[in-house]
Amino acid sequence: MSNPQQLRYTKEHEWLSAAEDGVATVGITEFAANALGDVVYAQLPAVGDTVAAGETCGELESTKSVSDLYSPVSGEVVAANQDVVDDPSLVNTAPFEGGWLFKVRVAGEPDELLSADEYTAFSAG
Amino acid sequence: MSTAPRLTALDALHRSLGATMTDFAGWDMPLRYASERDEHIAVRTKAGLFDLSHMGEITVTGPQAVELLDHALVGNISTVGVGRARYTMICQEDGGILDDLIVYRLGETEYMVVANASNAQIVLDALTERAAGFEAEVRDDRDAYALIAVQGPESPGILKSLTDADLDGLKYYAGLPGTVAGVPALIARTGYTGEDGFELFLKPEHAEGVWKALTEAGAPVGLIPCGLSCRDTLRLEAGMPLYGHELTTALTPFDAGLGRVVKFEKTTNDGRFVGREALEKAAERAETAPPRKLVGLVAEGRRVPRAGFSVVKDGVVIGEVTSGAPSPTLGKPIAIAYVDAAHAAPGTEGVGVDIRGTHEPYEVVALPFYKRQK
Repeated sequence: MSNPQQLRYTKEHEWLSAAEDGVATVGITEFAANALGDVVYAQLPAVGDTVAAGETCGELESTKSVSDLYSPVSGEVVAANQDVVDDPSLVNTAPFEGGWLFKVRVAGEPDELLSADEYTAFSAG
Repeated sequence: MSTAPRLTALDALHRSLGATMTDFAGWDMPLRYASERDEHIAVRTKAGLFDLSHMGEITVTGPQAVELLDHALVGNISTVGVGRARYTMICQEDGGILDDLIVYRLGETEYMVVANASNAQIVLDALTERAAGFEAEVRDDRDAYALIAVQGPESPGILKSLTDADLDGLKYYAGLPGTVAGVPALIARTGYTGEDGFELFLKPEHAEGVWKALTEAGAPVGLIPCGLSCRDTLRLEAGMPLYGHELTTALTPFDAGLGRVVKFEKTTNDGRFVGREALEKAAERAETAPPRKLVGLVAEGRRVPRAGFSVVKDGVVIGEVTSGAPSPTLGKPIAIAYVDAAHAAPGTEGVGVDIRGTHEPYEVVALPFYKRQK
């Protein structure tokens, strides 16, 4: 599995895109999706919610477990992926693409995001 | 005592197939190979292949083997014919369930007891202790067998291509010695999925060859390897109890809605068996004033109930979830729960499950959730 170079990553296995016009996209990594197994339910933050870096903002439920979703960045939620709410398996089949979770108008940059190579090493360890 | 997990004879094969492994009752077992949902659906519609070598085989032989089993277990083992099998339980003196078991009668005076992996030592110890005074031998055969299951509607056709055994004559809950892919096996028509299927008890050194032969024969009709994750959702849909969830030492078979496995009419040992007195009282209590009943719950929403979650009605706790999962067949979350008898009738209004603080609405239904069309 390869982690896209243009994204940055958290140790909670979320990814964050570079902001375009101040808006960044958030998802979970392929490593995380594989570890969860089939995702069957996604509770995402709502448009207008304020999220804070490192704090929980939703949950992903798989056959065997439920996991908190952490925001990698602070700001206001401007979109949630309704396609994932309707078909949570998108998180498994396309975690870096159609399985994105929400978009944030970035208010504050977190300090400790990992590069693709750093995250690959982290998740392999 | 070593804490390293035990490996089945198929361990290297599972890893080569890319399985996600999990520790289960001290064994390193395949949890899933790819999508557990796809594995579940394959068993319901085509066929799935399982490594169940963690199950605990115990052989009981001798002139009084059947007297010992009638004494030690709650079932009427005397009525099991050669080549047949019986679902039964072993209980404590106070009626609490030690384990649920399948007993296969392999010969006139030879029986194989198959226990859950997590309880195999407990069952072995109890049988050994209860054998005192009987002319019977209890033998630990856990390492003597690998166990491969092929389950699903295509499984008879797949197995038929690899065996000379008369599968058409092999009824549900029967077992016969035969040859599979050229090696000796005990072929049993049993399973834990709610589908037709077979369990093959083999010498461990033969497991890999049989697995590969079944894969080759089955792949063209849709057989795929399946892990314990889908085994759990398959048995849950079929309403089958799992020890440690629906069955514990704190419950009698009557509490679990399985009083039918207790046979008071046994004639061996003058009708005496371990737990009889306590079980008679439990039977009466279940008849007159049942404390809680085992029910099915089907979600109206999409959040999944898990073991230990409270069942609620009007803000009051009325029961507890023992197993829960998203059901691939129903397309909704389902659960098995113990619920106060007053609220256990199918269709009871206003029942919910407390899912991390939110009371999600659930429909009370009779078990099972799924029954195969025969």
